[in-house]
Amino acid sequence: MNDLIDDPQPGENAHEFSVTEISGAVKRVIEGEFGRVRVRGEVGRVFPARSGHLYFDLKDQRNVLASVSWKGQVSRLTVKPEEGMEVVATGRLTTFGSQSKYQLNVEDIRPAGVGALMAMLEKRKKALQAEGLFAEDRKRPLPYLPDVIGVVTSPSGAVIRDILHRLRERFPRKVLIWPVVVQGDACAPQVAAAIEGFNRLTAGGEVPRPDLLIVARGGGSIEDLWGFNEETVARAAAASKIPLISAVGHQTDTTLIDYVSDKRAPTPTAAAELAVPVRHELLAWVEGQGARLSRAASRAVGQRRQRLADLTRALPRPETLVTAARQRLDYAEARLPRALRALAQGKRLTLGRSAAALRPATLRRALQGQRERLAGIAARLAPGAERTIRDRARALSNAAARLRAANPGRDLTRRRDGFEALSARLTISATSQVNSWGRRLDALERLRQSLGYTETLRRGYAVVRGDGAVVTSKSRAEHAAALEIEFTDGRLRLGGKPVRKDKPPPPKQGSLFD
Amino acid sequence: MSDKPVGEMSFEEAMAALEAIVGQLESGDVELEKSITLYERGAALKKRCEEKLKEAEEKVAAITLDEQGNPTGTTPVEGM
Repeated sequence: MNDLIDDPQPGENAHEFSVTEISGAVKRVIEGEFGRVRVRGEVGRVFPARSGHLYFDLKDQRNVLASVSWKGQVSRLTVKPEEGMEVVATGRLTTFGSQSKYQLNVEDIRPAGVGALMAMLEKRKKALQAEGLFAEDRKRPLPYLPDVIGVVTSPSGAVIRDILHRLRERFPRKVLIWPVVVQGDACAPQVAAAIEGFNRLTAGGEVPRPDLLIVARGGGSIEDLWGFNEETVARAAAASKIPLISAVGHQTDTTLIDYVSDKRAPTPTAAAELAVPVRHELLAWVEGQGARLSRAASRAVGQRRQRLADLTRALPRPETLVTAARQRLDYAEARLPRALRALAQGKRLTLGRSAAALRPATLRRALQGQRERLAGIAARLAPGAERTIRDRARALSNAAARLRAANPGRDLTRRRDGFEALSARLTISATSQVNSWGRRLDALERLRQSLGYTETLRRGYAVVRGDGAVVTSKSRAEHAAALEIEFTDGRLRLGGKPVRKDKPPPPKQGSLFD
Repeated sequence: MSDKPVGEMSFEEAMAALEAIVGQLESGDVELEKSITLYERGAALKKRCEEKLKEAEEKVAAITLDEQGNPTGTTPVEGM
């Protein structure tokens, strides 16, 4: 019955909001109350949108908080949220009225507590190790005595002072300091840029290129040292062509750069000790080497001198070498005239004896003996010859008588039969051999004719010759003195000096000399 | 023995060469002529080492950077 007039129920006189009004009211309350909050939680699902905004969830055991970082904020985040990471996110709560939602707009994310940081570091370490950046064979040896040392550190403070002090004590060197901040967000990019910057210097340039780098920082909390755990720093150190010593924090602090550096020093002072040897020790060493050098050299000479002296003593005096010979000479000299006289005397005696036997009577007697032997032999010569002739004549007549007794006729007949059979076989085989040669000759002749040009002539072609050679072109034919055409049945001469058919005589023209 | 002129050797190279020569001479089985040559070279190497050690001079400078963080030069650093 009261359709037009509300029948007020208890409580119905409260203010009535529109949806937008209530959304606005909620927004004001939430954004006013939670304008800047820090929220601790585990990162859940992470969704980087193509627009550059980063959407992710923060969660704990019971609830989820939708979170977002706008594009501009993402680039400023020191830590990118990764699923499973325990973080403290700083930002403000906003509502999203068109979908009845609220979310946290995150401006900064920090890993929550040391545990989370260490877990993140562990993850990075594993990734870099898998890439092989920690491998021993990547590590370059430090120069024994670097000329220029580049130090990447804060220009003020105890660290650079410690390093310079220790360098001064050991071996003063040229030191180039690349100033960086060693803590906070700017630390990692500056340190990485400094390492790269030193590497970009060229030898002999305006700023000398160091041959050793020290990246140093004093002790501090893990958060303070965090810049040296950043991947950019580790990668810059790994890529450094200049050998690099890392000295970050105290002995117990190990940062990511320590794994990729060529040498890790527990403290900045220790880095200086690794960098240079101790000068006065080296000076002493050089002195020692010098002394050893002189000693060894003089000993080398001394030993030889001693040996020379020893040998000299062992060498006999020259006089003693010749005395024996001299004595022999004297002796021989004394005996020489006597020996000569004795020799001459002996020869004279022999001559006397021979001369005594040499008389004409002796010769004549020998001659007479020879002549008598000759006469005896001559007397025996003629009868001996006659006897020999008689013996030979008798032997001849004996042999002739034996020859007549043997009959050669039968043997002769047998040989003749054999000869006739052989000659008949020779005739047969010779004839067949001649016939076969004849056949081969005929075949070859047929082949020659078919291959030769004469067969071609039979088919209507002709061979043109000029000046004794075969003419194959028109131009040569024109230049030939005479042409000769060979047909199958003979040759036909054309032209020739006396008659040139291709050049008729010029037409008659009246001429003075005609 | 390296053929590098002694005057171009680094301290470390000169040091190694000197050590080798001393060892060779001390072993005693070097010809006299050679031992003289070795001694002369050894003396030159020792001189080189001493030169390099005397070069020890401290010079500390800091790199100056522009706003982009690029090196522009150096300024001497003193009193540290």
